[in-house]
Amino acid sequence: MTELRTSETKLEFPYSRTTGPVIGAFLAGLREGKVLGIKGADGRTLVPPPEYDPETGGYLGVELVEVGPLGTVQAWAWVHDPLPKHPLDHPFAFALIRPDGADSAMLHAVDAGDPAAMRTGLRVRPRFKTEPTGLITDLEAWEAAE
Amino acid sequence: MPARDIAIIGYAQTPSQRDAIQSEVQLLVGTITDAVTMAGIERREIGFTCAGSCDYLTGGPFAFVSNLEAAGSWPPISESHVEADGAFALYEAWMRLQEGDIDIALAFGSGKSSPSNPAEVWAQQLDPYYLAPLGADPVSLAAIQARALLDAGRATERDFAEVVARSRAQAASNPNAQLSGAVDVDALLAAPYHTAPLRRHDLPPISDGAAAVIMARGDKARELCSRPAWIRGMDHRIDPHQPGVRDITTARSATTAAKKAGYDGGPLDVAEVCATFSPQEIILREALGLPEGTQINPSGGPLAGNPVMAVGLVRVIEAAARIIGGSADRALAHATAGPLLQQNLVCLMEGE
Repeated sequence: MTELRTSETKLEFPYSRTTGPVIGAFLAGLREGKVLGIKGADGRTLVPPPEYDPETGGYLGVELVEVGPLGTVQAWAWVHDPLPKHPLDHPFAFALIRPDGADSAMLHAVDAGDPAAMRTGLRVRPRFKTEPTGLITDLEAWEAAE
Repeated sequence: MPARDIAIIGYAQTPSQRDAIQSEVQLLVGTITDAVTMAGIERREIGFTCAGSCDYLTGGPFAFVSNLEAAGSWPPISESHVEADGAFALYEAWMRLQEGDIDIALAFGSGKSSPSNPAEVWAQQLDPYYLAPLGADPVSLAAIQARALLDAGRATERDFAEVVARSRAQAASNPNAQLSGAVDVDALLAAPYHTAPLRRHDLPPISDGAAAVIMARGDKARELCSRPAWIRGMDHRIDPHQPGVRDITTARSATTAAKKAGYDGGPLDVAEVCATFSPQEIILREALGLPEGTQINPSGGPLAGNPVMAVGLVRVIEAAARIIGGSADRALAHATAGPLLQQNLVCLMEGE
């Protein structure tokens, strides 16, 4: 039997990124406990804010609008066994959440404790980290607001 | 208007398997050789070669270059690579044949998912600001899509299980399938959730594999193959990346790609669709406008074997094989990329 040769590889992007005036402002907003969106070409408020319109590709400028803070669950999945890279280390829901005042939904975690507590239409509020790091995970998770 | 006289005349694929002992290039060597042999050509007759693979899976930049060893690159050849499924490599090779100055092209795709944790790898390919830091893995995303489909009243969990049972039953006659055989829908529904509302059987297996296709133009195709699978049209389209800005219970870009590929909603003998998770077959059936009576995924589809980066090209092969073999006159193949059916490719094929 031939001995198998193996190699270990570490999967990462070892880059520093400049987040720019739209994504950067959104991330800075999280640091202050605010969720920000942007007006799309058709007037819809998009959250999280893209730099370019998802339909037309047109430039959307840098003016952001505050949404939320409450939001509504649009669809969800229950993660029974979180992976090391998931935002929470205990079972949670990944969900599409539409913040009040927004016309699109953002993907994030809902720290609901139990799948029986989750449903589409659930009202949720954001919980922010006390020590922000500049990532979308500065919004630590959403939790039930009912 | 693209040329309608380019055809598939040769193909090969490895079995879909977990923990293949061969390296990716070793998987490709025999596969490309078999496709060339089936086409009845010499390698030097190939005017253009295009490969599809994923460096993320191999774990190193420019990992795809070594795969060229399997195609043979001396004397120098004209080639290209896409960081995508081999079906997208087929599209580029098909475009190259449109130029009319070469007669034969080779496209192949390959990938080994077993050595890594696919849930972590694919999360890295998402938007690096809004999605990747959440570790948004394909299974969790597909489960959200499944929930949206359930909430919209467009499917039930039983519908998902029925897709799985039919796929595995059809895979029983596919020697390359990884999962096959009779399963009872009620037994499937009794299984616990993996990521609710999906159960483990709603997920594809983790697979290693490779596939290759030879295309030829016009008279060359007729000379080499008694019944070529003529590509009447091929197109691919892209939806916005963020799942929260689009309706994830449909695949708009799949609808557009089907139309642009020339599919008119008419009768099809076979459709091979890249429904990686069982609910996606229900979405694609509607988005592509597949008529009643179409045999969907007679090979078992990705739920029976999911060699990522080859799985879309395998759909083309399974559809083409039925035309070349004479059991189908008109077939549609579909491939996808990106989260939740974001990018979609449609290849429409006919017999003579």
